[in-house]
Amino acid sequence: MPELMHRKLERSATGFMLAIIAAASVGGIVEIAPLFTIHDTVEIVSDMRLYTPLELAGRDIYVREGCYACHSQMIRTLRDEVERYGPYSLAVESQYDHPMLWGSKRTGPDLARIGGKYSDFWHVAHLNNPRDVVPESNMPSYRWLGTTPLKLADLPLALRAQRSVGVPYTDEMIENAARDAYGQAIPDSEQASGVTERYGEATQVSAFDGVTTNVTEMDALVAYLQVLGQLTRAAYENTAAPEQMPDPDN
Amino acid sequence: MEVKEVDPVSGRKTTGHIWNGIRELDTPIPRGVLLFLIVTHIFAVLWWVLMPTWPLGTTYTKGVLGENQKTTVEASIKEGAGARTPWTSRIENLSFDEIRADERLMETVRTNGHQLFGDNCAACHGRDGKGRENYPDLTDDDWIWGGGPEAIAQTLTVGVNSRHAESRVGQMPAFGRDEMLDAKQVVDVATYVSSLSDPAVSTAENVDQIDRGRDVFQTTCIACHGENAKGNPELGAPNLTDNRWIYGGSLQRIIATIHGGRQGHMPTWDERLTPVEIKVLALYVDDLGKRTP
Repeated sequence: MPELMHRKLERSATGFMLAIIAAASVGGIVEIAPLFTIHDTVEIVSDMRLYTPLELAGRDIYVREGCYACHSQMIRTLRDEVERYGPYSLAVESQYDHPMLWGSKRTGPDLARIGGKYSDFWHVAHLNNPRDVVPESNMPSYRWLGTTPLKLADLPLALRAQRSVGVPYTDEMIENAARDAYGQAIPDSEQASGVTERYGEATQVSAFDGVTTNVTEMDALVAYLQVLGQLTRAAYENTAAPEQMPDPDN
Repeated sequence: MEVKEVDPVSGRKTTGHIWNGIRELDTPIPRGVLLFLIVTHIFAVLWWVLMPTWPLGTTYTKGVLGENQKTTVEASIKEGAGARTPWTSRIENLSFDEIRADERLMETVRTNGHQLFGDNCAACHGRDGKGRENYPDLTDDDWIWGGGPEAIAQTLTVGVNSRHAESRVGQMPAFGRDEMLDAKQVVDVATYVSSLSDPAVSTAENVDQIDRGRDVFQTTCIACHGENAKGNPELGAPNLTDNRWIYGGSLQRIIATIHGGRQGHMPTWDERLTPVEIKVLALYVDDLGKRTP
């Protein structure tokens, strides 16, 4: 029987071609089909905010330095992960991540909820030399970030690129991108107020690297790290809290 | 092209095609491999039916088994929490003193506190809680915001200079940089402060300097650090007479602190940890000092 089927197929050029197309398209369909109902997968939340220009620049630095190669940003639906890192990641939390940085390799810990866990000061010390704060760490040092000025002029283009793939940045945000990045890293500057106006009161305006005279790549990366898991509160409200404690009644 | 459909050498059937004199044998997939393919395909089709899979109009198939990772993980977390109830409920309901009096419960606190401390606190305070420059030692009996589990639990909950609405706020102003004191006054008062914990600092030559420093201290620093420089846990002002330093105790470091000010930051753990976890950590940290020589 297999011989017969095979013989028939082998002897017909058109049939064989169609069979190849059918077999090869399975992989594509399996990957594409779930996207047809993506609106069912991405939760709708009202408090989701956008990355500020400074955070977006930090994200680009995160990608450039290959942080994703050792750190994931995806807390899976497994008890041990939820108990260690916090509520499991929701699709909506990476709604504006282009490209997403979920990752699957964890040489270091997952960073999906690192925002707010440590101080800015700690992050700067840790990025300058991880062993100063975590003696057993094997993470490389990123000393140059604190001395490399951030290229502010590129930021409107970065926002525009994000908008072209669906992130709802307004014209005003794009126009003021460089100004907002400066203001977010320099709290006493006159530019600082515009950041919270445009991106919401929850936005952290801080001298991330501890220096208020210029905006460095360190400012951007720390601002990004501090916002991870903080764009929306949906994960804390809609899912089991970490180590949700049992009812005292039972 | 059509030829005899059996290869004379191997005795196998051919496809009937000859390319440049080479006959193409008709060699089907080995039976074992074919069988494997058929079985995996059947499995795939069954899986489509059982598990959430296919887009179907406006939604996707939910699967006959009704499997949902979110409810699965919630159930397993609940189960884990349930297994811990025997001790978590006691931690929750007993007072700090009652827990401390119960040696067996304290053993549980130590085991679980060690885990929590390693996951959350060790990055700054070190795994042994001894701190390092810029991060306070938690094993000594010198507490900036007050010792004892109640005060520690409060610090854990609201943080210091954190984003929490009720955060503890401790700001050492930049007396030098903001020109409240001139450079000479900064050095004078730093020398005086240094002499408080290290008598060797006072020598015959700097008696005048230390006197001037004391004057500056009495007008500028006592509001927070107190007249006798023993600090004030209400304001997070450290004791300056005990030779324990967060930001370094050398004269140069003290000058740097007075010149540039300090605004230490301890994050709030209100959201990240549950009240029981905070209670466990407060007891663990309080206990840490008593166990560490």
